[in-house]
Amino acid sequence: MYPVTELIKNLADRHGRERRNLLPILQGVVEQEKYLSEYSMIEIARELDLPASEVYGTATFYSFLEYKKMGKYIIRICKTITCSMKGKNQIIKTIEDMLKINVGETTPDGNFSLLQTNCLGFCHKAPAMLINYEVYTDLTPEKVREILTNYINKKGREE
Amino acid sequence: MPSPAYLLKRVDFIFKDEKDWKEILKNSINRPAHELINELISSELKGRGGAGFPTGLKWKLTAEVDDSIKYVICNADEGEPGTFKDREILSKVPLKVLTSMAVCGHVIGSKEGYIYLRGEYFFLQPELNKSIREFKDYCNEINFDFTIRIFMGSGAYICGEETALFESMEGKRGEPRNKPPFPSTYGYMGKPTVINNVETLAHCYTIFEYGSKRFYDLGVQYSRGSKLFSVSGDTPKPGIYELELGMSLVDFVDEFGDGDTKAVQVGGASGFLVPRKGFRETTIGFQGKLTGISLPTGGSMMLFNSSRSMYNVLDNYLEFFREESCGQCTPCRVGCQQLLNGIKAVKRGEKNALYLNKLMRLTETMQYTAKCGLGQSVANSFSAIVENFREEMIY
Ligand SMILES: Cc1cc2nc3c(=O)[nH]c(=O)nc-3n(C[C@H](O)[C@H](O)[C@H](O)COP(=O)(O)O)c2cc1C
Ligand code: SF4
Ligand code: FES
Repeated sequence: MYPVTELIKNLADRHGRERRNLLPILQGVVEQEKYLSEYSMIEIARELDLPASEVYGTATFYSFLEYKKMGKYIIRICKTITCSMKGKNQIIKTIEDMLKINVGETTPDGNFSLLQTNCLGFCHKAPAMLINYEVYTDLTPEKVREILTNYINKKGREE
Repeated sequence: MPSPAYLLKRVDFIFKDEKDWKEILKNSINRPAHELINELISSELKGRGGAGFPTGLKWKLTAEVDDSIKYVICNADEGEPGTFKDREILSKVPLKVLTSMAVCGHVIGSKEGYIYLRGEYFFLQPELNKSIREFKDYCNEINFDFTIRIFMGSGAYICGEETALFESMEGKRGEPRNKPPFPSTYGYMGKPTVINNVETLAHCYTIFEYGSKRFYDLGVQYSRGSKLFSVSGDTPKPGIYELELGMSLVDFVDEFGDGDTKAVQVGGASGFLVPRKGFRETTIGFQGKLTGISLPTGGSMMLFNSSRSMYNVLDNYLEFFREESCGQCTPCRVGCQQLLNGIKAVKRGEKNALYLNKLMRLTETMQYTAKCGLGQSVANSFSAIVENFREEMIY
């Protein structure tokens, strides 16, 4: 983990400082920090010599570039048609009960955020979800409980 | 001439092994550009990303532009609901796609290619990068100058639209541009660009491997070759299938339905909804002068059985469009919101059924005035659902 200013500098060194390098830099910051703070966006703007409003305008366009603080693990449940038909509401309810948060919220310990997203391209194995970059498919309430328990234990082990 | 009764024919080209890629690359780049273009043109391959533009012509137009910098882009944004075949291609036969990109580079005079990969497929990156390195090593070995990189998307369906994709790669909001100018003259960074869907490039490989005739012999007039179909919804066998184009929807439902199919959504949320009574007269392929009702699809085939509420289906599509509209033009930004609010109001009884006709007129307006395919296509499923399942919309 680098302090964010240093991270931004490293990313700019790696990708370049042209406008067309903006997305990879934003993505790099989100990968480490899980979101883009106002501070990060201003720093990126400075590093690339762009107006901060341009950076903000671009970042907020993309649903995976979060600009509110998110948990360490971001859970995104697919809510598009096939997953919807195949029981995504039950999956959400299971997670809400387990983590004691609603969609759009983050657990108080900052470990999990629960979001919905559009078609993940796994409709043949619906319902599907992402946890950070990991895909989970053919979900059932039992399966989801097992997956989340593993994450909770993993988190416990890391601490 | 009406086509004869036609049963589904499985084809196995796309996922056939790619072990000969080196030979195919080497042979192809030793052929003159016009010969490769003619090969593609006589195959009659049309783009598999949805719009169905003839691939040979696309390469030809870009080759004819005089510029020292050009780009080849593989569109792997795959965001249309119900589509999941491009990921399968990139994970099973990535070298086919890379080979075709490089051959395209040779044809049009480009040394740089990008794969625009949707953020949801981030996990594909390590394997794909491995293939890209293996590919680059071979290019170096044979002194062929072509470099391929991955560009990651970040969760925006609209970035699958080619000009929005260029904007996104240029570090901007993914807002579609006006066309013309078309990518063949003004694409990524304002340079001549060929942009093709992942599957289109995989078919190019088949054509380079076997010649155009093998491809042309499959399918029907206007819709040559095979196509990957992503089958999902109420079906006992969801999955990815390579089938000949030109099949009748009734045969498709016989094969994939659960015996109780009420409607099929062809081409994803922005595609066409066909109710049961239309199965017999509908074929799957590109529209041509003599084809009757022929529906194109990027591959998405979603089946709904009679337990499904078509109101819920439409509500879900409209929410999708409302969220994924880039918001740049008013007919689409406000139109999607109003359509969703409108059908909810009718369902709740706050508006009477005649209001649905007003909403239909709104979708017509969007069809003519929206700037890109997203806003223009909302009318397709909206009118089909409202016309064919009116009672479900009201009660
Ligand atoms: C809203 C919208 C979304 C699109 N999404 C995709 C996509 O995810 N993948 C794709 O290949 N083409 C997509 N397209 C079509 C592209 O604009 C373009 O036509 C295609 O990439 C060209 O490649 P092809 O000729 O090989 O089909 C989309 C078009 C629109 C209007
Ligand atoms: S039609 Fe919709 S998605 Fe397309 S440019 Fe207009 S607002 Fe954006
Ligand atoms: S609808 Fe959920 S993965 Fe496609």
